[in-house]
Amino acid sequence: MTDYEFCAGHDLYGHMACPGCGEKILLRHVLDVLGPETIIVCPAGCGAVTDGIFPHSIAPVPFLHVPFGATASAAAGIRAGLDMSGREEVTVLAWAGDGATFDIGMGPLSAIAERNENILYCCYDNEAYMNTGVQRSSATPVGSWTTTTPRGHLKTEPKKNIGAIMAAHRIPYFATCSPAFLDDLKMKVTRAGKMKGMRFLHLFSPCPPGWKSDPRDGITLSRLAVECNIFPLYEILDGEKYRLTHRSQGLPVAEYLHKQGRFRYLSDTEKKIIQTDADQFYGLLVSRQDREKNR
Amino acid sequence: MSEQAVLTGEHFMTGDEAAAEGGLAAGCRFFGGYPITPATEVTEVMAKRLPGVGGVFIQMEDEMASMNTLLGAAWGGMKSMTSTSGPGFSLMMENLGLGIITETPCVLVNVQRGGPSTGLPTLVGQQDMMQAKWGSHGDYEIIALAPSSPQEAFDFTIHAFNFSEQYRLPVLLMMDESVGHMFEKVVIPKAEDIKLVPRRITKDKPADYLPFKPDDDLVPPMIEFGEGYRVHITGLTHDEKGYPVINAEAQQPLVRRLCEKITKNADKIYMYDERELDDAEVVVISYGITARIAQQVVNECRAEGKKVGHLRLITCWPFPEPIVRKLADRIKGFVVPEINLGQMSLEVERVAGRGIPTICVPNAGGEVHNPEDIHAVIREVLK
Repeated sequence: MTDYEFCAGHDLYGHMACPGCGEKILLRHVLDVLGPETIIVCPAGCGAVTDGIFPHSIAPVPFLHVPFGATASAAAGIRAGLDMSGREEVTVLAWAGDGATFDIGMGPLSAIAERNENILYCCYDNEAYMNTGVQRSSATPVGSWTTTTPRGHLKTEPKKNIGAIMAAHRIPYFATCSPAFLDDLKMKVTRAGKMKGMRFLHLFSPCPPGWKSDPRDGITLSRLAVECNIFPLYEILDGEKYRLTHRSQGLPVAEYLHKQGRFRYLSDTEKKIIQTDADQFYGLLVSRQDREKNR
Repeated sequence: MSEQAVLTGEHFMTGDEAAAEGGLAAGCRFFGGYPITPATEVTEVMAKRLPGVGGVFIQMEDEMASMNTLLGAAWGGMKSMTSTSGPGFSLMMENLGLGIITETPCVLVNVQRGGPSTGLPTLVGQQDMMQAKWGSHGDYEIIALAPSSPQEAFDFTIHAFNFSEQYRLPVLLMMDESVGHMFEKVVIPKAEDIKLVPRRITKDKPADYLPFKPDDDLVPPMIEFGEGYRVHITGLTHDEKGYPVINAEAQQPLVRRLCEKITKNADKIYMYDERELDDAEVVVISYGITARIAQQVVNECRAEGKKVGHLRLITCWPFPEPIVRKLADRIKGFVVPEINLGQMSLEVERVAGRGIPTICVPNAGGEVHNPEDIHAVIREVLK
């Protein structure tokens, strides 16, 4: 039995993440699909410290831990090295949080997207800098509490639309994934894994300590985020062809918001704004999909 | 503005929190920050406090942005500050140089952790001391202070702002993780008892003003953007008018003046703490958290009748050469414990010369010194 088979088939090794961490579930299922011919590049953040400390590791494949803004560039280097040595079949998996992707790593990310590097970039998005103790990132949703958007000064800016940014680079594949919809997630990872060029998966990653939510609610919140149109499941091919992969129930956002302490300071007006934004975003995705169908 | 900027009174707080309060007490009203352990708490205090005192807090997208936004805020008329640790400090280096050549006052707090690279995010180091002096490319002089307690984190942040305004440059508060995360009593004085150096604003009219024409102390008076002065501020070598001049004739006087405004005023900048130096045969030189362990060792040595003194550096840069040189003439040797494998000890050795030994007590980081390790080296030198 190889190390990969041993780790993938057993829960023995565990990990160092907090109870209810979404990132670890996501990594496990992504690796399940990609298999042992994978190399992980991971920057500073929860992913690096919770998966790194032996023997508490769920990544039975090579793992390169790089500085915070370095994920994309380091991945490009590995890709070049593998290609030169004839190992084109090996997947280079960039595995970075939202701070490392939406903020400090945005320049290098844009660069590998523009060059259409043969990399699978996964952003596990827990919507703040959680590893340093909950500071806002540009992936933090509007109205959210963090230590740098404290009560009285909640975040007023909406979350950066990473899908639109990636689509603007016309990369072959972009998709959103949720740990509550594993079939959908595995379909997308399989699809991305078989493609060449730059692929980006935006992974919804619940964080109980940062969201001030019950650890047992992680999957419920992930499901609600999808069903309330906060985090719709969709994919974009070649930066143009939009496709929703799950028809949302369109539940009220309040169901999602009220289970999380980070949203406890929201006024009714702000909740309405969040509802409107969610509905509009879902409507936009539907119209983009329909436009594609009618072509 | 509804809250007090200066929290006069007695507090129980960490070094990180005290540095933030020191900044507010010094008049800092702009903070551009980015999360990084063990300096995040400085950012968090500023995020909470600045809006209430009429200031601006921005969480930046990375540390390069943090450093640049400080420079921008300073030219916009604000006293500005940021905090970081090793990896972020490295990212700030290019823009620290921009602050040096554009002579922009601001304060950068580095809460040092173990390196290199990601190293030990949550544990102590003093490994950026040489980077503070040499980390940005090109020749420059810098001012860097090292606090040994939360009280000093408060006090020295104010000194740092005063030096930055007096000499027009970014000033570094080289804290360490132990001091940054240590809770202690901090006494914040009344606002009117805090001495602040105001920005050196020119008295010249816009038509006569030369942005980089120095006063007698080699420091040029400043302006703020938007006050009617037409200025060109550049990272390129420039003349007194501020416009780029790409030749040796401009480079020579500019770079020399940037260094000499510190070296020729160094006597007014040096800060250090002398303990039992008068009859000392061996002198321990230390700074930051290490000074507290060193002082304990010195006390123990004195109790045993050994003639050991302690020179605690407050300004690590400029390095207080005169006192070290004076001591070197009459003592048996220097012992320099620091949480690195020998950085400031190189500077001690350079100044002391080869006549007497300068022995570093190295420590690669993650914990403070065991007092016995320092003791053993002192015994060796006293032999």
